[in-house]
Amino acid sequence: MRIGVVTFPGSLDDRDAQRAVRLAGAEPVALWHGTHDLQGVDAIVLPGGFSYGDYLRCGAIAARSPIMAEVIDAANSGMPVLGICNGFQILVEAHLLPGGLIRNDHGDFIRRDQRLRVESTDSAWTNGFTVGQEITIPLKNGEGGFIADEETLDRLEGEGLVAFRYLDVNPNGSLRDIAGLRNERGNVVGLMPHPEHAVEPGFGPNTPAAMRSGVDGLTFFTSVIKQSVLS
Amino acid sequence: MPTIVVEVMPKAELLDPAGKAVAGALHRLGHEGIADVRIGKRFELHVDVADAAMLETARQLAADMLSNGVIEDVVSVHVAEEAVR
Repeated sequence: MRIGVVTFPGSLDDRDAQRAVRLAGAEPVALWHGTHDLQGVDAIVLPGGFSYGDYLRCGAIAARSPIMAEVIDAANSGMPVLGICNGFQILVEAHLLPGGLIRNDHGDFIRRDQRLRVESTDSAWTNGFTVGQEITIPLKNGEGGFIADEETLDRLEGEGLVAFRYLDVNPNGSLRDIAGLRNERGNVVGLMPHPEHAVEPGFGPNTPAAMRSGVDGLTFFTSVIKQSVLS
Repeated sequence: MPTIVVEVMPKAELLDPAGKAVAGALHRLGHEGIADVRIGKRFELHVDVADAAMLETARQLAADMLSNGVIEDVVSVHVAEEAVR
């Protein structure tokens, strides 16, 4: 399986995402924002970072970059697309996921190993988890407060589209502790925490077993590979 | 050059942490009479001709790109009276 990772001006975690794809057993393909070429990939990751310096709004300019026309078409045709942090913001700005992301309610940038509860496994990127499973992956953002109007929030909950919820603390003021969403079809997932930083023993979050041994993020990537093998 | 001004504000019901920080600083400086501060954006579009069609284009852009309706409101789209410097 070939998984594309789009690099925008200001992307930071594109190389980490490529590494996560490789460790999960797929072939990473570097994609460039300024082209219209998806290079025949089977799935796409929009990585974290500060595309266009977060000018206008986080993800707003990247969402209108040349390659996003193809990414949006592919997502609407069912191709798996994962948006991590800034990638989640880009998905929201591209209207592939609902709601918006605003500055953390406490006003500070936050970085922590964040516990999450898996709320939905009906997606290309979460099918390897179990509902209710608790995972820990790094979180690092300044504008990660998820908001939407009450009607949208009720619909997201009612249709099971909340993919992840924050546990222990709500790190950024996200409404209803929402950390990540999936779309109705289950091919598009976006979340603020960073699964690509918890994929290899020695480089992940601490666990009770050993320092930096957390690899809960790997399941995102093995999930999409498993789905592609089955389909 | 004619200028079309687009003004965008965070939605009233949403917390504006930047505005809150400024309000806090003003209170510390003794300006208790200033109850609250909210920070928005002003875009100046320098256009060849500020006619009705261009104003309509600016309104469209204000709604589609310059603001995000989930978190912000467009409060004004108008032609500036004089060239803004």
